[in-house]
Amino acid sequence: MVLNDLIQIKERELASRKKYVLRCCMAAGCMSSNAQSLKDELEKAVAAAGLKDEVEVRGVGCLKLCCQGPLVQADPAEILYERVKPEDAAAIVAALKGGQAKVSQGDLNHPFFTRQMSIVLANSGIVDPERIDSYIAADGYLALRNALREMEPKEVTDTIVRSGLRGRGGAGFPTGLKWGTVAKSTGTKKYVICNADEGDPGAFMDRSVLESDPHAVLEGMALAAYAVGADQGYIYVRAEYPLAISRLQTAIKQAKQYGLLGSGVFESPFNLTIDLRLGAGAFVCGEETALMASVEGKRGTPRPRPPFPAEKGLWNCPTLINNVETFANVPAIVRNGAEWFAGIGTEKSKGTKVFALAGKIKNTGLIEVPMGTKLRDIVEDMGGGAPDGGTIKAVQTGGPSGGCIPAGSLDTPVDYESLSKLGSIMGSGGMIVMDQATDMVDVARFFMEFCMDESCGKCVPCRAGTAQMHHLLSKIVARKATAEDLAKLEELCDMVKHTSLCGLGQTAPNPVMSTLRFFRGEYTERLQPDTLGRPGTESAVPAGSRAT
Amino acid sequence: MCAKTLTIDGNEVSAADDATILDAATEAGIKIPTLCHLEGVYDIGACRLCLVEAVGIPKLLPACTTKVVEGMNVRTDTERIRKYRRINLELLFAERNHVCSVCVSNNHCELQTLAYNHGMDHVRYDYLFPKWAVDTTHPRYGMDHNRCILCTRCVRVCWHVEGAGTLNTAGRGARSQIIADLIQPWGEADSCTSCGKCVMACPTGALFQRGATVGEMEHDREKLEFIITAREKKQWIP
Repeated sequence: MVLNDLIQIKERELASRKKYVLRCCMAAGCMSSNAQSLKDELEKAVAAAGLKDEVEVRGVGCLKLCCQGPLVQADPAEILYERVKPEDAAAIVAALKGGQAKVSQGDLNHPFFTRQMSIVLANSGIVDPERIDSYIAADGYLALRNALREMEPKEVTDTIVRSGLRGRGGAGFPTGLKWGTVAKSTGTKKYVICNADEGDPGAFMDRSVLESDPHAVLEGMALAAYAVGADQGYIYVRAEYPLAISRLQTAIKQAKQYGLLGSGVFESPFNLTIDLRLGAGAFVCGEETALMASVEGKRGTPRPRPPFPAEKGLWNCPTLINNVETFANVPAIVRNGAEWFAGIGTEKSKGTKVFALAGKIKNTGLIEVPMGTKLRDIVEDMGGGAPDGGTIKAVQTGGPSGGCIPAGSLDTPVDYESLSKLGSIMGSGGMIVMDQATDMVDVARFFMEFCMDESCGKCVPCRAGTAQMHHLLSKIVARKATAEDLAKLEELCDMVKHTSLCGLGQTAPNPVMSTLRFFRGEYTERLQPDTLGRPGTESAVPAGSRAT
Repeated sequence: MCAKTLTIDGNEVSAADDATILDAATEAGIKIPTLCHLEGVYDIGACRLCLVEAVGIPKLLPACTTKVVEGMNVRTDTERIRKYRRINLELLFAERNHVCSVCVSNNHCELQTLAYNHGMDHVRYDYLFPKWAVDTTHPRYGMDHNRCILCTRCVRVCWHVEGAGTLNTAGRGARSQIIADLIQPWGEADSCTSCGKCVMACPTGALFQRGATVGEMEHDREKLEFIITAREKKQWIP
């Protein structure tokens, strides 16, 4: 494969495009509401109408408005059909050449679509994730070709440094800095790992990216491997994502056939093998040191850092580990230049962020917005606010490691620093909207139960602390707790946060601390008098015994 | 190799290049409490009792796995650390049943000693005390999960000193447990060499030698009868 081949594939693919295209969402959400039979019916209807030469029925990745699935978009008319049933197929095909199909249509001019800015999801809903030619037609693998043939590894790293890209897994570590560290680490063998062990409740960004555009992730990994000097990559994907796994397998196979993976990529001296490793159902394996232990075939428990993976990672070799969305940003940055990317977003948070909108909100689905977009714009304009006339009470970001942002702070811009100032985190992109009916103490208890169940059990604060915090939260929910119990809960939050071994334990108290910060009344109103008859108010507890 | 100098609790100490804070402190006679640390096997930084403060570093550092850095200023006994240690111990005592008075290790238990040293005269948390089985299928040793603090010292000596690889950890969170082979009764674990190193390594009464626990003493009445018969009838037969 050389540049000419790439161009030829692109031209061939574009030349074979038909006049009309019906793009059928084939991501997990729509697939679970019968999108496969819908696509089959559409193909049959096209054949029956004798339009095979004019109409392409293309299976694509996520069309974003998941709550209205299955979705079909008709081009060039730009009509989005919602909640399409297989029996609607004939009507949709008939309407291609004018006329109206009696199928519910979405408003593509709604802020949900117009306010999005697609970098990571640029190909989502457009290319066929199961065909590499479709990706190449969208300038896929061009960045890799240009990097391998025209750039030094250091130039690739420098591009990422200048772009200001930060890790999309949640913590926001500068990606270029990480690449540079791995590149400078000495060792004959290096690894790149893609962390696709997405596990936050309500989060489905990485799954959608893998299902919609697996080649972008592969290309991003290949660019990273070239930059740091690795020749082996692993994608650690949770086994609960069968569709993502199958699309990755297809993508890897196709890339190998084209010589875009394997030895001598683009006829350069660069070699890269990428293999899949499937998670066995442990949330903690999303933590990088636990993930690497799991790849090595060991029990997936974290270990203390340092040494960091960049120095001693997989089998003690320097290892670069990034999240799916981080890698998916890379090809576009290399293709369009660091300055282009650095021009998007805020001063310290560059580019866009993909969020999975879920919970008590009208438009649930996948959105990608520039960093710095206000939370209010996301949940009220794009999300359409709470359904059934409800009012929004809080927005939860960052899953079990994050916090609840109250409605009063909705004007906060979405960037790493602003969210952490509010006691939450950017997180991997789960955004759960809560309305007035939501019980915040119960929310805190839910996340604590999650952390308790998912704690690996290695360190005492996380294993025993989360169990004890869950016990105290359950007592408060059941109105059996005293003011002293609340003080104990706060003291435990502080202790578990500061003494746990890994990120799971260190962030497990966040949902409690954040709901205590903004919704303390919901805790205190349930407190009961204690056995000494002291009333269930906080002043009953001597100040000295309270957590600081 | 060059040595390093650092300050621990106001004392200037020297340490070998690859020493941990714990090594340096121990050498200087400064005691840092530990539970999962065991001389002779590698450290895992799991019990979090050896966490110390270092001036200029926001995070607490596990002394057992943190290498010394030139000029480091370590504080091992601040009020904050003492508070965390005490909570840590209380969490352990509330997590599983550690009633000392009926434990085989009473008065020579590392957990108990640490609790004494940290003035833990009572536990403020509700005792969770899940019911765990006691495995007495091994002819010589027993395993009482109720006393286990999951420090995995037994696992590490089993793999890295004896080389048998019998013991392991299974499950997660509070449901973690030490297992023999593939979650078999210990007595049926073929790989066990009965070396007893795990019992020596255990800081509590979770692993014990059989015949030593409460209620295990059996009265040998036949012996008494034998002696009486011998004395009265001059017959040395039972």
